[in-house]
Amino acid sequence: RICVITLAEAHPLLQSGKTIKSINYQISANCSRLQNKVSGKSKRVRLFDLGAQFLTELAPLCRISSSDGEEYTIYSCIRGRLIEVNENILSNPAILQEKPSTEGYIAVVLPKFEESKSVTQGLLTQKEYEEVLLKRLNSSS
Amino acid sequence: FRKLGLSLAKDDIVQLKEAYKWIIHPQLSEELGVPADGKSLFEVSVVFAHPETDEECHFLATACPDCFKPAKNKQSVFTRMAVIKALEKIKEEDFLKHFPCPPSSPKNLCVALEIQCNNGAVFVAGRYNKYSRNLPQTPWIIDGERKLESSVEELISEHLMAEFKAESFNFSSSGREDVDVRTLGKGRPFAIELVNPRRIHFTAEEMKGLQQTINNSSDKIQVRDLQLVTRSAIGRMKEGEEEKTKTYSALIWTDKAIQKEDIAFLDDIKELKLDQKTPLRVLHRRPLAVRCRIIHTMQSEYIDEHHFRLHLKTQAGTYIKEFVHGDFGRTKPNIGSLLNRTADILELDVESVDVDWPPTLDN
Repeated sequence: RICVITLAEAHPLLQSGKTIKSINYQISANCSRLQNKVSGKSKRVRLFDLGAQFLTELAPLCRISSSDGEEYTIYSCIRGRLIEVNENILSNPAILQEKPSTEGYIAVVLPKFEESKSVTQGLLTQKEYEEVLLKRLNSSS
Repeated sequence: FRKLGLSLAKDDIVQLKEAYKWIIHPQLSEELGVPADGKSLFEVSVVFAHPETDEECHFLATACPDCFKPAKNKQSVFTRMAVIKALEKIKEEDFLKHFPCPPSSPKNLCVALEIQCNNGAVFVAGRYNKYSRNLPQTPWIIDGERKLESSVEELISEHLMAEFKAESFNFSSSGREDVDVRTLGKGRPFAIELVNPRRIHFTAEEMKGLQQTINNSSDKIQVRDLQLVTRSAIGRMKEGEEEKTKTYSALIWTDKAIQKEDIAFLDDIKELKLDQKTPLRVLHRRPLAVRCRIIHTMQSEYIDEHHFRLHLKTQAGTYIKEFVHGDFGRTKPNIGSLLNRTADILELDVESVDVDWPPTLDN
């Protein structure tokens, strides 16, 4: 099952007032999620054959800096093979905030076939997520 | 032979299997009471063994070592091709050092190990229409469980298998459509290989009858132009898949309201170039790549403030659904970006597959 990683609606970056300054896919000195490997006998251009990059839940995908000086690390949150990162947000950071659940996606990850079920079970449904947010709101007030 | 003044060309030397056929055909013919046709689709294969000469050609390996390289798949290094190559390479003097010419007479007869009869495959072609939005091309089975009833190929092949008394079939078509997409117009070309058929002679009338049987058996699919074709047919059909244009009709929804004027400009766009990344919905089984495809023409039909129908003529291999909804921005441009709205596709129909094969019959 293919997974698309996007920012959750309650993420600080999606709250009003935040402007994105920069997005960086260079996680460390040796690792950039943008590695562009063209390989294979495909007669079409192969993009981003990031087959070598297997992610665990806490693997960072990218770091986003906002104009107020804050820096946010976006994590994979699921185990799987990194298929693609969204280059569109590099050239047009606005879509990350305007369309976070569609064109502003962060990355595409493909879990291992055997782990597909366990990955899905570890996630929250929309309803469960809203309950979490509600609890958070009530406990802080 | 040279001393006798006779020169033999390569073609003058009779192949062993030809000589065998010359001997055996008349004998079979007499025994079975029918004429023998060396070019028919009915094949009898006889496997012979002659252990005393099995290693006869092995000397070539010492004379010509580079012709005989071990490969993983081959049981023996001494394949027919390798031996022929070595024989062409080796010099006559070297050959005569290892092997007498003419060869010595064998001491034993060869033994027939295995006799197998096989009917050569026949090919049936036609065009199919698909009227169901709930029918896969091939059986949809996951973990042994069938997810959707039947399939296009089963509905067409079922009756053919029975009439041709075949063991199995291979269904192929000039492209294919999704489960929820209909195929209208003259339909999509297909070809079915019927493996080991016990009956192969059908008149045009009988084929028409078969076509009618298939069409009577289901309202989900219909076939036309059903006919027997040769093996080369498959090539022509696949040609169509890569090269020929297709036309579609899509029912599109938009989030923000549209007026007639807002979509009129689509009709004027010609040869629109798209960059389509492999759609997310197929990424689990296809490699990530970018494909350039062209939308030749479009024609819009306004329905209401949130709906319109779009007719398109596109290059083969264009993902229409992704052109409409944009696939998370991974198909550019898309209807959403062109209209500056969020768009989605509600229904898709294939209106035509522009391949002029198989030949149209007057049905």
